[in-house]
Amino acid sequence: MPNALNISQLKKSYGSLEALKGISFCVQQGDFFALLGPNGAGKSTTIGIISSLVNKSSGSVEIFGYDIQRQKNIAKKHIGLVPQEFNFSIFEQVMQIVVNQAGYYGIPRKVAVPRAEELLNKLGLWEKRSSVARTLSGGMKRKLMIVRALLHNPQLLILDEPTAGVDVETRREMWDFLTQLNTQGTTIILTTHYLEEAEQLCKNIAIIDHGEIIQNTSMKKLLAQLDHESFIIDTRDEINELQEVEGYSLQKIDNNTIRLDLHKDQNLNNVIAKLSEQDIQIKSMRNKANRLEELFIRLTKK
Amino acid sequence: MNAHEQFIAFYTILRKEIARFMRIWTQTLLPAVISITLYFIIFGAFIGSQIKPIKGFSYMQFVVPGFIMMAVIQNTYGNVVSSFFGTKFQKSVEELLVSPTPSYVIILGYCCGGMLRGLLIAFLVTATSLIFEPLTIFHPLTTVVFVILTAFLFSLIGLTNAIFAQKFDDINIIPTFVLTPLIYLGGVFYSIELLPNFWQKVSLFNPVLYMVNGFRYGFLGVSDIEVWFALTMLVVFIVIFFVINLIFITRGVGLKS
Ligand SMILES: Nc1ncnc2c1ncn2[C@@H]1O[C@H](COP(=O)(O)OP(=O)(O)OP(=O)(O)O)[C@@H](O)[C@H]1O
Ligand SMILES: [Mg+2]
Repeated sequence: MPNALNISQLKKSYGSLEALKGISFCVQQGDFFALLGPNGAGKSTTIGIISSLVNKSSGSVEIFGYDIQRQKNIAKKHIGLVPQEFNFSIFEQVMQIVVNQAGYYGIPRKVAVPRAEELLNKLGLWEKRSSVARTLSGGMKRKLMIVRALLHNPQLLILDEPTAGVDVETRREMWDFLTQLNTQGTTIILTTHYLEEAEQLCKNIAIIDHGEIIQNTSMKKLLAQLDHESFIIDTRDEINELQEVEGYSLQKIDNNTIRLDLHKDQNLNNVIAKLSEQDIQIKSMRNKANRLEELFIRLTKK
Repeated sequence: MNAHEQFIAFYTILRKEIARFMRIWTQTLLPAVISITLYFIIFGAFIGSQIKPIKGFSYMQFVVPGFIMMAVIQNTYGNVVSSFFGTKFQKSVEELLVSPTPSYVIILGYCCGGMLRGLLIAFLVTATSLIFEPLTIFHPLTTVVFVILTAFLFSLIGLTNAIFAQKFDDINIIPTFVLTPLIYLGGVFYSIELLPNFWQKVSLFNPVLYMVNGFRYGFLGVSDIEVWFALTMLVVFIVIFFVINLIFITRGVGLKS
């Protein structure tokens, strides 16, 4: 069974700027894959090359075993793309945009229309089917691009920041939708700057920075690398003085807040007991940052 | 994609193009009719009545085919250049670029859209001209062949222009500085026999002269040039621009970074 995506030694230069410096990674069929990285890392460039919108400088890309250059058309049929920036005609109606896209894949209208209806309904856009795209809200435009990408039943769906500017509820709807799609067999590649999203949805991950892959592993293994976690503790009463607790890193932030850095070999019970001894009552406790976020910042900070 | 799928893709583009120029008909269809009516009134009725017959035809009869051809050239070119540049500008051209639609289908889709607008304009202008002057057609097939090939050629050139255009100004430069002079000096309003010898020779380098004269021959049976030569030249230019567009779109020139 070929991989859904094989990227090998992929390079891209924009003039003197080397946006991709020879990256290689692969995505297995059925995976839900996160491609993460800071702004300008090269995520959209990579996705652009995969989907034939950007010309590569060198290297190779295969989609389900088909080379994107030598077997262009068959490779293209396997991909559905939700780009980072809106790229539909704002003067056209939702239904037209979606059905036309199907036409470009050779799908006749009588097949496309019912399929469009089903997808628009699923993503809550059916009411807007006759609206001109210009009049949609930002979140609706994102959903429109998801529907458009799925009309030809692609086996690999690539989403470049699909949840940017999308409200919490809609984001959850999209997550459910994508999870369902993935369960039914569609391979998904996702880029996002919401790391809790990637942590929740994705099985495998590549982190790209300055045009190079700096991590490529499973989400579980990556998170296991995290050797300590930071907690924020809110206290019930004001603390005057915080005594040190041997072996633990505790830091008073203000009169009601303590920061605790916990190594993964340590446990919370001890430190809570020690705090109780000091007569400090814990009102609530939370992670300082999302776990993936902490790792991400550490990995990309140089 | 098999032939049937390619046809669906072609028809999708064509349909979208027709919907576009019909949606904005006040910008795409009406102006030609208005300006042609003005040309008829001014050059045909007011000035034309003062001009002695050309090649045995009244001035009005002589210029009508020129007017039609001028409108066809301007509108086919204008349709493709602004529509395709619009899709580039809005990035919706990416919808086509990610799809398996072959380059030649993209070219044919956009060009047939432009040609249809051109032919619709030709029909409207001809109908308008009937108000002023009865129509005679000497050789209908020649008329039709010339109008279709000319419309095809200028939609291809419009596409090339759109591929190269980076900003809105770029889609006006060629029409203003190249196309309009070539049309006006291409024998729309006069026979080159009326020019001094030297300028007659210079005019022969103007491709539009051949199209206007070929088309006029279809109506009146008179021409400044050899009709067969005009036809061959049209076909050669069509092949050249088709291949240029094919190479550019396939390589993504002006479309992909
Ligand atoms: N068309 C272009 N011309 C020149 N440089 C470009 C072009 N597109 C991208 N770049 C450059 O390539 C680098 C990678 O950009 P890319 O869009 O791939 O980043 P990204 O990882 O998607 O970032 P973001 O998270 O902000 O979307 C950046 O330095 C960017 O400025
Ligand atoms: Mg990006």
